[in-house]
Formats: sequence, C-alpha cells, structure tokens
Amino acid sequence: MDLQQRLRNTFVEALALGEDVDVENLKYRDIDEWDSVGHMALVAAIEDEFDVQFETEQVIDMSSFKVSLDMLKDLGAE
Amino acid sequence: MTTTAESVFGLSQAEREAALLPVLTELTEHHRTGGEPYDRILSSLGIARGASFDSVEQLPWLPVRMFKHHVLKSVPDDEVFKVLTSSGTTGAEVSRIYLDKEAAADQPRYLGKTLRTVLGDQRLPMLMVDTIGIIKNRRSFSARGAGVLGMANFGRKHVYALDENDRPDVEAIKGFLANHGNEPFLIFGFTFMVWQYLYEVAREHELDLSNGILIHSGGWKKLIDRAVDNAEFRRRFAEDTGLTRIHNYYGMVEQLGTVFLEGPSGNSLYCPDFADVVIRDPETWREQPVGVPGVIEVVSTVPRSYPGHVLLTEDLGVVHGIDDGDWPGKRFSVLGRLPRAEARGCSDTFSGSPA
Repeated sequence: MDLQQRLRNTFVEALALGEDVDVENLKYRDIDEWDSVGHMALVAAIEDEFDVQFETEQVIDMSSFKVSLDMLKDLGAE
Repeated sequence: MTTTAESVFGLSQAEREAALLPVLTELTEHHRTGGEPYDRILSSLGIARGASFDSVEQLPWLPVRMFKHHVLKSVPDDEVFKVLTSSGTTGAEVSRIYLDKEAAADQPRYLGKTLRTVLGDQRLPMLMVDTIGIIKNRRSFSARGAGVLGMANFGRKHVYALDENDRPDVEAIKGFLANHGNEPFLIFGFTFMVWQYLYEVAREHELDLSNGILIHSGGWKKLIDRAVDNAEFRRRFAEDTGLTRIHNYYGMVEQLGTVFLEGPSGNSLYCPDFADVVIRDPETWREQPVGVPGVIEVVSTVPRSYPGHVLLTEDLGVVHGIDDGDWPGKRFSVLGRLPRAEARGCSDTFSGSPA
C-alpha cells in the first residue's frame, strides 16, 4: 500500500470518518470530526503508524490531509 | 534549549515600544473600521479617527468587561468562525470573543512561539494535571477544557493525572514517570489543581519530578488559605519533588494567544516581543513607577478579529524591573483581583474532591 493510501486509512480510523468523506481534500476544522480533540488523536495515530515524531510547529501547521502527507514525505516516511 | 535565534523574548523595552506603537495604532484604526460599537466607545472618549499616539501608554484601552456588554468584533458576521466565552461564575455575565478562521489559526502559533523558549521544538511526553473527562463533551468545552486542549499540541503520549471522578490517579502518574521520568517531560495544569493533585500526591508517594517542566496558570486565590504563593509553590516543589523548571503564565480569553510567561529564575512574568503591560494608577490612570502596584493593562498585536489589542484587566499587578531580568522588557507579578471585580477565572469552574 502506498504512503497516501496508508495515510488515508489512518485519517479514516483516527477521526472515525464516514465513507462519504473526501479525505484527500480534507482540511482541519472542515468537519466536526477533525476538531482539536480529533487533531490530538490524529497526530498520535500518524506518529504510531509511520514511526515518526512531529515537532510542535508541525502539529500546529498540520492544516490539511495534503499538508500532513507532505510532512510525512519530508520526514522520510515510507 | 537552543531557541535563542528565534526567541520572542528578545526586545528591550525601548525597542519593544518602538515596534509595538505603529502596529497598535494601525490595529486601533482597523478595529474602529471593523466594528461600530468599538468606534463609538472611542469616539465617546473624544478620540478622533486617525488619531496618532506618542507612546504605548497613550493608546486608548478597553476595559475587559466591555466584552460582556457589547458585541465587539472586527469581522463581518459571515466570517465569524468561532465564538469563545469566558468562564463566568453562576449568574455572572460572560465575555464573548469572536474569531475568524485566521484568528483561530494564529492563536496557537503565537502561543507556540512563546512557549518554545522554555520547551524547545520537540514535543515532550506530557502529564496533564486534569481529567480526560474535561474534553469528553466535544460540543461544549469549559474554559478549562479549552486550556487543556490548547496545550496538548506541545506534548505527546498524554497521560491524565486525575481519573474521571476527579480523583488523583496515582497509578497513572507512577506509570507515566516509570515510562518517561528519566527524560525531560512536560506537566500542565491549573495552578491550584497542580498543587492539590500533583504536589500533594508526589510528596506523599515520594515521586521524582526532577526532569519535569511545569507550565501552569489560573491564579492563586484558592491557594491563599493554604498560605501558598508563587515563591512558596516553587520552593516546596523543588524541595519535595525535585521539580525546579516551573513557569507560571498569565493570559486571558479576551487576548487569546498572548501569554506572559514566568522566567527561569522565577517570580517574574515577562512579555513576549509582540506584547507589553502598563500598570496604571486606579485614581489618575497614569502609568505607575516600577515597584508601585496598580491595575494591569495588557497590550498585544495578536488580536485582529476583535478589539483586544489594548485591554484594561480587573487584576492588580506590579512591575518589578525593566530590562534587568532573565529576559528583556518589563517583568511583573499579578497580585490578585481588583477588590470590586466579580469573581471569575478558569479554575473557578472546578469543585473536585480533596486529594
């Protein structure tokens, strides 16, 4: 499974997203599930899944699915 | 921590005022244009549109209680993303603070820049001196819940020190220390809860908190009857638990994203470069000299969606010195509420069981 697909699955699971959600175009606070509580769970889930550690600034700047995918690539996640 | 290059605690008092004055003057105009009630308040004080000011002290201030009686916002209704309310005690009116998306996104960034001076860039394992119950109801957070969530970004592997019945979870605290106690870790909580539920538990169980960095806020009112002030708090934590890296902070919902942070040597709060304080004589409203208590005015360039850039608080404070402490600028203490101010504060919403 490629990085994007795995990240998508992590989003769906951590935020308990329904099937109709357009995950790839999702932005922070666009939907109720991705609020600040969801964000905390999401960050922890991504860190666990990809064995990476985000800095504080990255957690604050993680404003969309696409941004988080770019951050993962920058961290060398595979 | 290796953060000096981008520290927001770098400007001397003269540099700070020179940098702040034009921005705050522009913000005053911005808020007058954006909100009719604010413009009316300033006009009634005889301050003309486009007025210039010679110093930060001369900028017109807004008493914080105005946010309870007026709709003070500087963005159109359809751009309001979130309305925050302060935690009023029963029967008291609440402040309403209006945020657009940009303001909501700005706020954690400024808080982040401020706290990284003492926390560094890495998110540390984090002990929350609170209960996870505080954030369970996602549709309505208390101010306490919002505070906990706002701080959560700075940590990882969050562990809550209280169970869902608001009782200290000694096993959870011990488990956290067994896993993370040998490396730097972050502790966050409201001041009196940290005292009642962490200090007292740590002393009783002889827990070692020497690698901790404690960030706490919320006022000393509830600790007064235990004869615990800031200095005593620091002394007892150091003596009984080994915890010496302690940073109290002062901030309010009416000036979100701006916190005044206690420096490493303790007992003085410092202003980040985008903020300042003016201590005013409650009779003449002139600025008090160093060492003389007065009413705290807080200024900050952060608020853009509501006129919270120059606020007269209902707290008493005193400046201890200028450009003579851990970081440049004014260093000050909060002495308590103004006698006539109604009781209010984040920690007032808590009435838990004794430790």
